[in-house]
Amino acid sequence: MTQRPTLPPLLMRLPPPPLSRPVLGLALTAFLRRIAAREPTILSRLGPYAGSRFLLDVSDAPMLLLMQPQARRLTAHSRHAPAPEHDAAIRGGLAAFLAMLHGAEDGDALFFSGELQIGGDTSAVLALRNALDDAELDLTEELAALTGRPLDRWLRRASALVARKSGLVLSRQEVMA
Amino acid sequence: MMELVCPAGTPAALRAAVDAGAHTVYCGFADETNARNFPGLNFSREELAEGVAYAHARGAHVLVAINTFPRAGDQALWHRAVADAARLGADAVILADPGLIAHAANAHPGLRLHLSVQAAAANPDAINFYAETFGIRRVVLPRVLSVEEITAINREIDVETEVFVFGGLCVMAEGRCSLSSYATGLSPNMNGVCSPASHVAYADVAGNHEARLGDFLIHRTPKGMPVPYPTLCKGCFTSADGKGDSQTGHIFEDPASLDATRLIPALQKAGVRALKIEGRQRSRAYVAQVVRAFRAAVEAAEQGAPMPEGLLARLTEGQAATTGAYAKTWR
Amino acid sequence: MDLTVGPIAFFWSAEQVRAFYRTLADTPVQRVVIGEWVCSKRLPFWQHEIPAAVEVLQAAGKEVALSTLTLITLKRERRQTAELFASGLPVEIADLGALKHLPQGAPFWVGPTVNVYNEGTLEWLAAQGAQRICLPPELPLESVAQLAQAGRQAGVAVEVWGHGRAPLAISGRCYHARLHDRAKDSCQFVCAEDPDGRTVETLEGQPFLTVNGVQTLSYTQMTVARQVDALRQAGVAALRLSPQPGDFAAVTRLYARLLDKGLDPGDALADLRRIQPGAIFAQGFLEGRPGAAPCP
Repeated sequence: MTQRPTLPPLLMRLPPPPLSRPVLGLALTAFLRRIAAREPTILSRLGPYAGSRFLLDVSDAPMLLLMQPQARRLTAHSRHAPAPEHDAAIRGGLAAFLAMLHGAEDGDALFFSGELQIGGDTSAVLALRNALDDAELDLTEELAALTGRPLDRWLRRASALVARKSGLVLSRQEVMA
Repeated sequence: MMELVCPAGTPAALRAAVDAGAHTVYCGFADETNARNFPGLNFSREELAEGVAYAHARGAHVLVAINTFPRAGDQALWHRAVADAARLGADAVILADPGLIAHAANAHPGLRLHLSVQAAAANPDAINFYAETFGIRRVVLPRVLSVEEITAINREIDVETEVFVFGGLCVMAEGRCSLSSYATGLSPNMNGVCSPASHVAYADVAGNHEARLGDFLIHRTPKGMPVPYPTLCKGCFTSADGKGDSQTGHIFEDPASLDATRLIPALQKAGVRALKIEGRQRSRAYVAQVVRAFRAAVEAAEQGAPMPEGLLARLTEGQAATTGAYAKTWR
Repeated sequence: MDLTVGPIAFFWSAEQVRAFYRTLADTPVQRVVIGEWVCSKRLPFWQHEIPAAVEVLQAAGKEVALSTLTLITLKRERRQTAELFASGLPVEIADLGALKHLPQGAPFWVGPTVNVYNEGTLEWLAAQGAQRICLPPELPLESVAQLAQAGRQAGVAVEVWGHGRAPLAISGRCYHARLHDRAKDSCQFVCAEDPDGRTVETLEGQPFLTVNGVQTLSYTQMTVARQVDALRQAGVAALRLSPQPGDFAAVTRLYARLLDKGLDPGDALADLRRIQPGAIFAQGFLEGRPGAAPCP
């Protein structure tokens, strides 16, 4: 039988600063909304799964998110009501979501290690993961683009600081040869 | 130096592999013509052209895997894939089906042909037969062979050999397995998928996580423990002998993945030309990390330095690694 | 359409083999393929039975071919393969690499573990001298029909997997030995304890697969009994029946009656259940469904 794997050392190192998680939860929401609205290659990679409804259950976030790529829609739903109808679900901590989005962690590795759990249409989740991976997204840059000058420069600095303190992956991981 | 052949499921992964030091990248078209026909994966014609340009500009090669077995009555799709790979500047195509290889050899005499692991050419006779009949230039050896056998094969053949050193491990001879279609109707040979996600269901039942493939329970783990992807041959099953003594466990293979890092010097000595990393379905992050580590390993091997160990343990499925059939005791 | 009996998949004793072929001589099958199909380590235990079996079958008017191994890796196995072609009998290749030993212009047969999925491969094999091809069990009926037609044009008789546990996979690893915590090289021939293979069940107790040394077979008994008419219409030349313990002669007679239209396909399953009590019959592959999908 498989053993309980250890968390990536990066994620284990420090407890997150108390304020960062709700803020980041909101940022993630804004981010995903922009993904849904903007990335045509994500939609074409999703292919037949572009019309699927993805429930994103980020355990640190106050709300459940429902992502519908084709409709370019992202909605928030209360945790106290029954979950909205969906075709596929991904559950896990914010750190794991962000790590996957930014290509800092392999999606397969996150699934194998149980940090992300999937339910419903497994194919749709795979398609989403592969499409996001190819899109080379960057949460910090997206937010910077969203806020515009002069906040963007501050945001990039702040993001680096939060990332260092929290161990959360907030920027695209560049590949060093 | 041994050639490092690295996977790319997406254009982003191709760039990551090239930037991380891959000598060669292999990829496939987004349809049934390749053996990693997974949702959201693979290349359009345009993306392949861009990928080839990116790789060539940096001195890397691109191989296109067209390694499923064409469907009867529908061979044109596969013939088109070969023609497009040639037209778009692929350095070689990786093929498995004898009919398709015969077609490629006739229709594209200038195109370099590699024999896919899916062709399961497991002895010098088979390899020489493909080389003499079709002009195959390289063979990807099945993962059923030991290092000693690979050495012996290389003594008897003239074509290059390529072996898998890292990633998912098939315990069966590749290209000769219908376990997946037995459980789901979809197979690597026909559809380019094994234990496809479309037939996977996860559920929590009575305090356990369960993973099913089609109608069959493949894994059951207590809640709180990760449940592995239900790849059929890595499943947990039970079997009783004639006396009623029953065994439960991974009857075919533990959910381990291949890591032959420490065998690289032996494989080099065995005359192996290229080392292949499995994982076109993995992310660019994974690809970058693995490629970097293996580039360092082949450079170390070139200088006779010891192999770096355990660099990649966390990236392997279920965090366990094996050297597979390369060590004879695995059998 | 007629009947071919494939090689014995399991490790049977020399006596069992002898009795099996003696009985088979009296059955309504047209041809028989003999040889060690799975593991070369078994061959010394029964190869001396082969000449007599060939003789008794030929005397009964059957066509006989010799089978190669499914996975040929060792030097000894390659030599044995070459020797088969020197026997004067047709050789059925179970591994494409065997063609390296094919004498110039010699005819041969192709077994179900060689990947013939399309017209291109069939035509190429025909050009090499293939006379008969048994298609891989996983092919759906549409592909079978295309290939049967291509076979007619190329002068190749096309066979399908008709009855028995289907060969699903071959490996370098011996699962029988592994179940006994042994390596393949020190297996002590434990597969001989299971003349019908060893059943693998899911954790829910659902019978699933059959381990036979380095080979993995279906647990289900694949049967095309209900699809005989469709296969005939498609131009299939023969059904392959796979040897198994029990009243195999009764299985051959049942299919012969189906082919002669002396038995309604709708009634065949009930008869099969009498001959093989407890078996699960399936034929999802031909319908493009999971191969394990049980017959209704």
